[in-house]
Amino acid sequence: MSGGPGPGFGPGFGQARPREEPGAVPKTPRAAAVNLDAVAAQPEMRAKISAYPGNVTFVDLIEKNRRQSIVLMVCMLALAVVVGGVMAAAISAYGGGVATFEQLLPSVLLGGVAALLFGGIGAVWSWYGGAAAILSMSGAKPITRADDLELHNVVEELSIAAGLPMPRVFLIPETALNAFATGRDPAHAAVAITTGLRSRLTRDELQGVLAHEMAHVRHYDIRFSMLMATMVGLIVFACDAFWRILRYGRLGGGRRGSSKDGAGAVMAVVFIVALLLSLIAPIIAQIIQMTYSREREYLADAGAIELTRNPQGLASALQKLAGDEDPLVDAANRGTAHLFIVNPLRKMRQAHQSLNTMFSSHPPIQDRIARLLALTR
Amino acid sequence: MGGGLIIGLIIAGLFVVVVFIVMAMYNGLVKRRIGADNAWSQIDVQLKRRYDLIPNLVETVKGYAGHEKGTLEAVIAARNQAVSLSGNASVPQRAEAENVLTQTVGRLFALAEAYPQLKANENFAKLQEELTSTENRIGFARQHYNDSVARYEESRQSFPTAVIAGMFNFEKREYFNITSAPEREAPKVSFS
Repeated sequence: MSGGPGPGFGPGFGQARPREEPGAVPKTPRAAAVNLDAVAAQPEMRAKISAYPGNVTFVDLIEKNRRQSIVLMVCMLALAVVVGGVMAAAISAYGGGVATFEQLLPSVLLGGVAALLFGGIGAVWSWYGGAAAILSMSGAKPITRADDLELHNVVEELSIAAGLPMPRVFLIPETALNAFATGRDPAHAAVAITTGLRSRLTRDELQGVLAHEMAHVRHYDIRFSMLMATMVGLIVFACDAFWRILRYGRLGGGRRGSSKDGAGAVMAVVFIVALLLSLIAPIIAQIIQMTYSREREYLADAGAIELTRNPQGLASALQKLAGDEDPLVDAANRGTAHLFIVNPLRKMRQAHQSLNTMFSSHPPIQDRIARLLALTR
Repeated sequence: MGGGLIIGLIIAGLFVVVVFIVMAMYNGLVKRRIGADNAWSQIDVQLKRRYDLIPNLVETVKGYAGHEKGTLEAVIAARNQAVSLSGNASVPQRAEAENVLTQTVGRLFALAEAYPQLKANENFAKLQEELTSTENRIGFARQHYNDSVARYEESRQSFPTAVIAGMFNFEKREYFNITSAPEREAPKVSFS
């Protein structure tokens, strides 16, 4: 890491390099590209790369990630329906007068349909309205062509490759190495990069990073991740509501004494299932959400290669990001973490990265690099 | 009587469905054809950009390396040839002319390596970045055009849209091929 990161400036105190020399081509000597042959030669990396078939192409990877993210979307929907059905059954059993499982069927169906209905409303809301409300890009400064010719050119080239309108370009005055995309559709898209990352990449690497962001825009990832977040919210809300009803019911619980003998066993089973589900469903929902998020990161990597046809650029940039001690971005939070090229929330030390937790929004960088290098064989 | 009515309704319903399917297929083909046409015009925009940059570049280089007449004249000739073909020539002819231009400009930049003063010139550095970008843009525009043509040709040739395409005379579109490098390779230009 040549010229290590400076002191951590907050937003507003950034070293806005392009503003100091407007209109000039960046003259600072660039850090050289990473030696990818050496990276690929590492035994761990070699093992990861050889896990991919020798003739794998970005088209295969895109198809695979598309398929898997559809499966995850369906899983989330199924979970919502199951939660809705079971909670409704438990509540109706709790109300009393239910002796057999068959009698619970109408409420199960009702709950399932209600979950679908609310899910549908949530989907429509996040698709048409919600995405506009996600991000205020605190600290990010809009960049014009004259401010940074090369950065602007690279983004414009990529928008030509994608056949999309030119997104707005922002610089985040932070030393952290990161970049992100936002906007509810390609016509309202913006890409942003930290000054720290901007100054450390070669042209090819910059192109790779921004292509990853353009791929997020092109795949409507901002909307899809909103949709996932809405579904998680619904499931958490349903489970929470179930607990509240239980507690509220216990206060006025005299009615329950009147239920028939046969109802006891049915109620017990339904209750245990509902209780367990209300405890684990929110966790499962979050695991699905994060698995989906990682899948979309892989998809954006493959989509970047679809645009640039140059896996080395992005791989080399990710290798530089992997070596960074400080990917944290002040402006980031849990709601926006998935929009960044690497997780902006957690310190990603080399040892940390191999730990692929189920709750991580991004795949381990080394796995992403291996996947890109697999395309270069 | 009642049975006849039902059969009539079913046939009418099926007819409506078929009409809708045909419409959707036709519109899909039109959309993809327009996509390919748009992508094609984007290539033209970028090629024009390059034609405009080159005289500037040649002037700048002349100031430092005026005696490299051969290379400079080759660039001008290649540019003029490409411009004259840009009006009405066929796709393969134009592609050939543009390839020659790319190569001669590449040679000009290689030559600039020998002139440190030229390389230090701010205007030259800017032109170099603009031409690097333009080469990338042309490559990407061509890639996007070829992808669009691939999508158009896929639906034009596959059943059942091929029937619609035949009925309404959707014509074949040519790929913008490059002669030397394989198409899948990254459009990578590095003059520095």
